[in-house]
Amino acid sequence: MATIDSVSSPTDAHADDSHGHDHDHPSWLAHHFETPEQQFDSGKLGIWLFLVTEILFFSGMFCAYAILRMLRPEVFEGCSQFLNTKLGAINTGVLLFSSLTMAWAVRCSQTEEHKKLVALIATTLSCAMVFLGVKSIEYSHKWGMGLLPPGTYFYSAANEHPTAAQMVELHGFSESTAFFLTNSLYFLCAPFALIAAGVFIWLVVSKISGNAFQYACAKPLLVVALSFFGGVGLGTILESGGEHHGDEHVAAAGDHADAEHGDADHSHAVATVDHAEEVADESDANMVQTPLGDDYAAVKLLAENETNTGLKDLVVAEQTQQTMAEGKILKDSSTSDAGISTIPGNVNTPRQAGVFFGIYYCMTGVHAIHILAGIGVLVWLLIRAIRQDFNRHYFGPVDYVGLYWHIVDLIWIYLFPLLYLIR
Amino acid sequence: MSDHGHSANTDSAHSHDGHAEGDFAHPIPLPLLFGVFIALVFLTIVTVAQANFDLGSIDIAIVMFIATIKAVLVALFFMHLAFDKPFNLIVFLSSFVFVGLFVTITLSDAKMTSPANENIVDEVPVAVSVDL
Repeated sequence: MATIDSVSSPTDAHADDSHGHDHDHPSWLAHHFETPEQQFDSGKLGIWLFLVTEILFFSGMFCAYAILRMLRPEVFEGCSQFLNTKLGAINTGVLLFSSLTMAWAVRCSQTEEHKKLVALIATTLSCAMVFLGVKSIEYSHKWGMGLLPPGTYFYSAANEHPTAAQMVELHGFSESTAFFLTNSLYFLCAPFALIAAGVFIWLVVSKISGNAFQYACAKPLLVVALSFFGGVGLGTILESGGEHHGDEHVAAAGDHADAEHGDADHSHAVATVDHAEEVADESDANMVQTPLGDDYAAVKLLAENETNTGLKDLVVAEQTQQTMAEGKILKDSSTSDAGISTIPGNVNTPRQAGVFFGIYYCMTGVHAIHILAGIGVLVWLLIRAIRQDFNRHYFGPVDYVGLYWHIVDLIWIYLFPLLYLIR
Repeated sequence: MSDHGHSANTDSAHSHDGHAEGDFAHPIPLPLLFGVFIALVFLTIVTVAQANFDLGSIDIAIVMFIATIKAVLVALFFMHLAFDKPFNLIVFLSSFVFVGLFVTITLSDAKMTSPANENIVDEVPVAVSVDL
């Protein structure tokens, strides 16, 4: 480590057990290995054993997923509608591409294309950052909506994006927690902004002081740090395209409920959903008012007719809501499925949906931690690649980090369909 | 350990031709890498597209099948297992044996269908009065 290359000058009369410098070994070949290949194979076996522990580690979470999904398939199906498939798909693509550049980087380290190696490792790093940027859009969006693990889950279709004051009032959060939940994107971006600023300062300082090596390191790292915000931008665009995702879900559920009475004519079905949303928009102070307003009497009259089952259900649902608003009792929700009262009854209760989001945050969060760790080792690799440490006999570190990176990709390959594509 | 300098030459000579010069590096040809990447992207599109169709109960099987093809492609080519020492493959696959044991044994008990177990808690009668 301390010496420079000393490939030549074989020793003649050295004591063998002195662990000084073995001068017939290149500096990168550890003393206890006889050939570069032996060193490489040992390292590779070591990293494979580590990857085995990683798989066993993740298998615990996949097992929990399997149990919970088996017990509550409808919860998983319903809640996965809240995950934006577009974001998941784009992240899959980003991760696959980073796997390609990583595999290519291993090749470049073997063929000693140093410039390309640096560029490819930097690309892999940038992809990792884009992935995290998209992820923080996903997380912050859900946190603001209250799609949280059990215990903290407070999503309500009536008020999808509550303000901080509402979170304190209605859901009993402390003011600082509510502030965090409504501004979580800024909190997630802050560390990356600090890193980007730090790297920029480093770049300027190294340029001014004329440190060519540090400048060469800071340049790609600044691109890497900034690509996080590229990911945030990408996520924002895609998320805004999928805005009111939850609304659609609720509306779809409402439609579904109406469709169950075959002869409810379409205009009334639409009216029901509209009115349901109207109720949702009003605060609970207005709950006692009839959602059907002035038309209520007319609707009631029409509902007298035996064949008009759609309207009959509407009236029943309306009455149920009245009772509920008066704070008395709510009975047998299964009979009145035209109102909104049944929708939370399905999957969107804190107790049930929280389980899905608990699993979601656990699996994707641990995966994101692995991405962060991968970023750490890739930065180390990038600096060594700039130093041109690797050659066709010594490319082990690139290969090992590559294998780790591919495992991270492999886990995402399973996570994506299991969480985002349930239907 | 004792006669380090020379035995290194002889040992490596019979394991590999040319001491330390044996090219154990196996650069994967670029067309293969790109081909695998394109296949992976294609399979991702397929798996997203199939989510739009209701395929019923085989849905999860199809999804997992596609994911497994992708995983095998990544493992064989990106992770070089196709060209690697077989022992690494054995180590890797052995982990899945234990994952399989873990998941199947746990799942077989998760439903708690044995009469010794109590009823599943959530199956309460539908009509229940709840005081708000």
